[in-house]
Amino acid sequence: MAAPLKIDYAFNAEDLESSAKIVKFTILKKHQEPDAAQEHELASFEETMLPHMDAAHNLAKWLLRNEEDAQDVVQEAYLRAFKSFSGFHGSNGRAWLLTIVRNTSYTLLKKNRAVDLTTTFDEEIHTAGHESVSPATILEHSENAELIKGAMDELPVQFREILVLRHLEGLSYKEIADIAQIPPGTVMSRLSRARAELRECLAARIGKEK
Amino acid sequence: MNCEEAVKLMDGYLDGELDPITSQTIEQHLRDCSNCDQAYKTHGSLIRAIGNAAPYYKASAELREQIRSSLREEMAARPMRNVESDVQPLFRRRQPGPRTVLFGTQWNWLSLGGLGLAAAIIFAAIIAVNLVPRWQRPAADQFLATQLIASHVRSLMANHLTDVASSDQHTVKPWLDAKLDFAPAVVDLASEGFPLVGGRLDYLDNRTVAALVYQRRKHFINLFVWPAAPDATRTPKIITRQGYQLLNWVDSDFDYWAVSDVNVNDLQTFKEQFAAQTSHH
Repeated sequence: MAAPLKIDYAFNAEDLESSAKIVKFTILKKHQEPDAAQEHELASFEETMLPHMDAAHNLAKWLLRNEEDAQDVVQEAYLRAFKSFSGFHGSNGRAWLLTIVRNTSYTLLKKNRAVDLTTTFDEEIHTAGHESVSPATILEHSENAELIKGAMDELPVQFREILVLRHLEGLSYKEIADIAQIPPGTVMSRLSRARAELRECLAARIGKEK
Repeated sequence: MNCEEAVKLMDGYLDGELDPITSQTIEQHLRDCSNCDQAYKTHGSLIRAIGNAAPYYKASAELREQIRSSLREEMAARPMRNVESDVQPLFRRRQPGPRTVLFGTQWNWLSLGGLGLAAAIIFAAIIAVNLVPRWQRPAADQFLATQLIASHVRSLMANHLTDVASSDQHTVKPWLDAKLDFAPAVVDLASEGFPLVGGRLDYLDNRTVAALVYQRRKHFINLFVWPAAPDATRTPKIITRQGYQLLNWVDSDFDYWAVSDVNVNDLQTFKEQFAAQTSHH
């Protein structure tokens, strides 16, 4: 009698750990009724991934610069994510989803032969002739959302991507490296180039306005 | 460090992504070189302004509905059994054939080992529960973290971010004080880049708690506050989960949990600013 009692007690103790409890629950359900297991998978997918839909849409919209394409990509990305959800064991749902959104967006960009995937940014064109616009002047205009949007949309897709991930999502270099699939060591240099290019674009636009 | 090197590392320094030693070297250089210091300040305020002004494209309610229903269709279209047979993972490398066999064999051994392990865990659990009942186990933190993230997500999804929406601390505080059996400090941190959005009542860990809502660029920070237990640990801790950051600290009166999807550095800054502003209240 003593042994079973002990085990009972032990299970109670283990139940204090919420995660262990959930895992046990899933396994039982899977054996008994497959529908319930599917329901459970969907619920757990939705709980993990739906909160990141704004981030997904924001990234897609910036990459594609088109609302319709962005919606298509987000929808497609969610379906892909759901299909491979059993392979997701990480803790960072947002980064995982954004990776899929990013790849889906690039697939569409490639299909549409978007030029900015292959052309390298010509620094000469953009740096020439705006020396008259001082950093202080740029700063004065930096609250102008239209201006900033216009300048960012002008940048190559890789630069838009890294600016969005850092400035609008506030992601770490490590997360950015994972999502943009570049070595962690190059995140800083790409980000700093993207910022410099953005400054140039802003200067060009402000110069034109004057 | 010369200017060229400093300029090269400036973005990493600005983003708080350099190791402490390099950061210190740059700090030293900025103290010594007014040119670089000026450049750093301009660059910093410019990129902060960009982050604030660039539009953030939220998903529309229609898109949300569309996606939810297409997920349901996708699930309905799946065969009842063998749920995973039609799954073609995009980013998961499948184990090649031979290794799967090997893996299968290993698994049997593992499950045998697992029994032993399970017994060991049960034994340890019995000891833990019997001998050190008041021991603060990390599991308790994990459980609380789950609750905190759920509250944070719910507050953003259900359009119930605040019960009292105001950037005025003198509106939020009396509202909360009237509804709680404690009086949390409320400060607006707009000038530090974390404007106060409002306050809310929430229920966590079997008690009513205050949730102060702050904004960081386009993101929200939920700061949960309740009276600190007398034996609360004083060391701040960070938990990262599901893409959310949780930062916990305790002052003389209260236990604080800040939950958000902003990065750890921003959350640390938030904590420091909050603590600095509340310490003389």
